[in-house]
Order: sequence, then structure tokens, then C-alpha cells
Amino acid sequence: MQVPANFEYAKATTVEEALALLARHGDEARVVAGGHSLIPMMKLRLAQPEALIDINDVTELSHIRIDGGELCVGALVRHAELLDSAVVGEHFPILHDAERVIADPVVRNRGTVGGSLCQADPSEDLSAAFGALRASAVIRGPYGERTVPLREFHTGPYETVVEPGELLTELRIPIRPGGSSAYVKVERRVGDWPLAAAGAALRLAGGRIAEAGIGLTAVRAEHFVAAEAEEVLRGAVPSEEVFAEAGRVAARHCDPGSDQRGPADYKRHLAGELTTRALRRAYERCPT
Amino acid sequence: MNITVTVNGQTYTRDIEPRLLLVHFLRDELDLTGTHWGCDTSNCGACVVWLDGVPVKSCTVLAVMAAGKEVRTVEGLERDGELDPVQRGFTECHGLQCGFCTPGMLMTSRWLLDHNPDPSEAEIREAVSGQICRCTGYENIVRSVRWAAEHSARDTEEVAR
Ligand SMILES: Cc1cc2nc3c(=O)[nH]c(=O)nc-3n(C[C@H](O)[C@H](O)[C@H](O)COP(=O)(O)OP(=O)(O)OC[C@H]3O[C@@H](n4cnc5c(N)ncnc54)[C@H](O)[C@@H]3O)c2cc1C
Ligand code: FES
Ligand code: FES
Repeated sequence: MQVPANFEYAKATTVEEALALLARHGDEARVVAGGHSLIPMMKLRLAQPEALIDINDVTELSHIRIDGGELCVGALVRHAELLDSAVVGEHFPILHDAERVIADPVVRNRGTVGGSLCQADPSEDLSAAFGALRASAVIRGPYGERTVPLREFHTGPYETVVEPGELLTELRIPIRPGGSSAYVKVERRVGDWPLAAAGAALRLAGGRIAEAGIGLTAVRAEHFVAAEAEEVLRGAVPSEEVFAEAGRVAARHCDPGSDQRGPADYKRHLAGELTTRALRRAYERCPT
Repeated sequence: MNITVTVNGQTYTRDIEPRLLLVHFLRDELDLTGTHWGCDTSNCGACVVWLDGVPVKSCTVLAVMAAGKEVRTVEGLERDGELDPVQRGFTECHGLQCGFCTPGMLMTSRWLLDHNPDPSEAEIREAVSGQICRCTGYENIVRSVRWAAEHSARDTEEVAR
């Protein structure tokens, strides 16, 4: 039986209260959202926070809404809620593609968008999806609010720019006409973490690719994106050849390792192939 | 710390450590041993219960997180001595052998049927995809849920008539 070490527990109902509780309990306090990464780590004693601040009742972080030309997703939105949201599917099908293959439906009922990003697991799916979309993260702390591009959010495996005492409150994605997006993942079995996965977001203008975003996960791509492959696409006329070339460049610039999920060369192959497939699907979905 | 939780409509107050997991709270503090505890790693789904109307894996939820909320377990499926249609489906269609996965399967199936009264085979398989059964090969679980779907519909029609 796995039992976490002892800790103090406090429940917050507002962002202000959560920040005050974090301040009161100091650096050894941790936020708990869905708990589906943190509680398993506490059971294994890989994490031993002295205090847990429960934000599950902070309903102001559960919103999905459009505001000022951006889609705003609260940090406490559950995976299942993102998947169920029609407005999310309409603007960013990549997020529905990704959510369909993150964990299983019961885990998705509990795990949150903010918890996933803050956990910053190197195989995490939403980091690649939001990275492809050039989302930004809104972070609140004792000294106010700051907005960080998602491509600067992760500072290493399991590390982000969110400091102790701070709270990730929202993800924001710019809505631009003329584009679409897709996400493709290979997993060993249903509900598992990816061997590799790729997300693509395209915006077309005048028959050319005006903007391209490519996210990669589980293959040690820097900031979960394939910046060099994006360069190949920008300004190009969309075609099978250019999508295949972007895949080749993406594969070359990632750095997968071998582990129990698969050997490095296979993952590198997947990074390339899945990039091409995600681009193809995103292009097929673009309005004509 | 003192918490009050409503389980299957009944209110319980207990003094517990914050680190107690919901599955152990149900089994050891409340003696509701219908909820099973298997992998302990949120993979097998034997521990699925409803928390405020939503199926969750109770080995990965702290009991304190359920304070002030409503939990429904397999013991809460039966109504006035009548088995729920999903329970009858599992009996009729041989949906269990050892029964270890059954409470979790029943809770997820009931939720599925509440939200999608006529699910396809693929939808049933997707709904229970986070739950492992070592015995049935899932075929009879799918049949059991279909049985429940068909018979719930008939029950409702009979009531309407
Ligand atoms: C069986 C299983 C399979 C899974 N499969 C996948 C998969 O295929 N792909 C995938 O991407 N993920 C997968 N996951 C992870 C799942 O998505 C988790 O829900 C997610 O990693 C963590 O979200 P959470 O809300 O549970 O976070 P928690 O566990 O509550 O928190 C995780 C970390 O983030 C911090 N945190 C949480 N919210 C905030 C906030 N608002 N501000 C600041 N810090 C915060 C916590 O302090 C903690 O350090 C799986 C999980 C399980 C259990
Ligand atoms: S015991 Fe909870 S998922 Fe296995
Ligand atoms: S009936 Fe034995 S595990 Fe499912």
C-alpha cells in the first residue's frame, strides 16, 4: 500500500485565497488540482510537500470563453471539459484530437489543463498542442499577474517558470481566421502516454502558409516545438512535399532517448512521420 | 481533521488524516467494501466511484477532497431492494467472473447510460477503457451494458404506459 507522507491540507475557494494560503505555508507548500500527477508522486514519496492547497473549488478558474479575439481556458478546466467544449472544437480541433488520446475517460474527468502544464512531464500532450498554437500562460502571484508565451513556459523536465507561491490561472490562444490544426499520437495501448506525438497549426493566406506551428512531445524537442520545421513551412505553398520536408527537419532537430516505451531511432522516425501527418490533417481542415 | 461526506445519500463525519485516500476512507472508515482497490496507480479502475456525479479513480483522490461533496459507490446503485439495470445486465450476460473489476465497471457503465442511453459497442469500450478486466475479455461486459441499455429503455416505456 502506498501512503503519502503527512502534510497539512487547506482548501481555497478563490484565487486570492489560494495565493494567501501559499504565502502563509511558504516554499514547501504545493497546489493540488486534479491530483493525478501529484498524488501518485506523493504516494511514491517522490514529492513530500508540507502543505497542500486544494484549488478544486476555485470555480473562477473553470471557465472556457472567448475574450478579445482569444480563447481563454481556465487552469482548472478538466480534460473532459476541454474535450466536451464545442467552442474549443470549432476553433482549435487540435485540442480535441489531443484530449481524445490523453489518459482514459475517468482520468480525464479529474486531471486539469493547468495541472498538466505545470507538471511539465516531458511526454505531456497539452504542452505540444498549446505550443503549436502559440498560446500564452497567465500566472498570478503575490505581486500581480504576468503573461508568458508557452514557448518560454517550460524551463526543463518537470520545471516551469511558475514560482512557488504563484498560480497558473489561464491559457490564452489567439483566434485567427483562415487556419486549422490537428494532433496525432502513437501510444502503446489505449490511455498510455505517447511514444511520440505531433501537433500542427496552419494559417493560410493567398495560397501560401502565412503561419505554421508544430508541437512535439516525448522526443525532447526544445520547448515542445519544432521551430526549424516551422521555418521550412513559412511562406511556402502547401504541398505533400513541403509537409514531408518539414517532417524530416522536425525529426532531425529532436533528441529522443530510448526507454521502456521504445528505442530512440523509432521515436525519431515517429516524430517526422507524425509531423507530416498532423500537417496534412490540419491542411485538410483549413477553410477553402 | 474532521470531514463530512455524503455517501449514497447518507452523511458521515469522521476525523481523518489528510493523507488518507478516498478508497481507504470508504473501505476502512465506512466499511463500504464494495469499492475495490487494485493497482493503487490509477490504471486499473477497480476503485471507480462518483464524486459529485462524475466517475473518478478513488485511489488517486484524497478523502479530504471529498469533504462537503457527494460520493456514490456500487452500494448506492440498488434502489429499494431493486438492482439497477446495469447490475441486472451483468448478471444476465455473465459480465463478471471473479468480480474484482465489477464495481468500477458498474459505476462507469451507469454514468455512461445516464449520458448516452443507447451507446454503441465502440462507445462502451471507450467508456471503460481506463479499467482492466483480467477475466472476461470485455466481450460480456459490452453485452451486459447493451442489455442494460435495452432493458432500461423498456422499463421507462412501461412506466410511461
Ligand atoms: C493513468 C494516467 C494516464 C495518463 N496519461 C496521460 C497522457 O497520455 N498524456 C498526458 O499528457 N497526460 C497523461 N496523464 C496525466 C494527466 O493528464 C494528469 O491529469 C496531469 O498530468 C496533471 O493534472 P492534474 O490536474 O491532475 O495536476 P496535479 O497532479 O494536481 O498537479 C500537478 C503539478 O502541477 C501543480 N499545479 C497544478 N495546478 C496548478 C496551478 N493552477 N498553478 C500552479 N501549479 C499547479 C501541482 O502543484 C503539481 O506540482 C495521465 C495520468 C494518469 C493518472
Ligand atoms: S486501484 Fe485505483 S485505479 Fe487501480
Ligand atoms: S471479472 Fe475478474 S477482473 Fe473482471
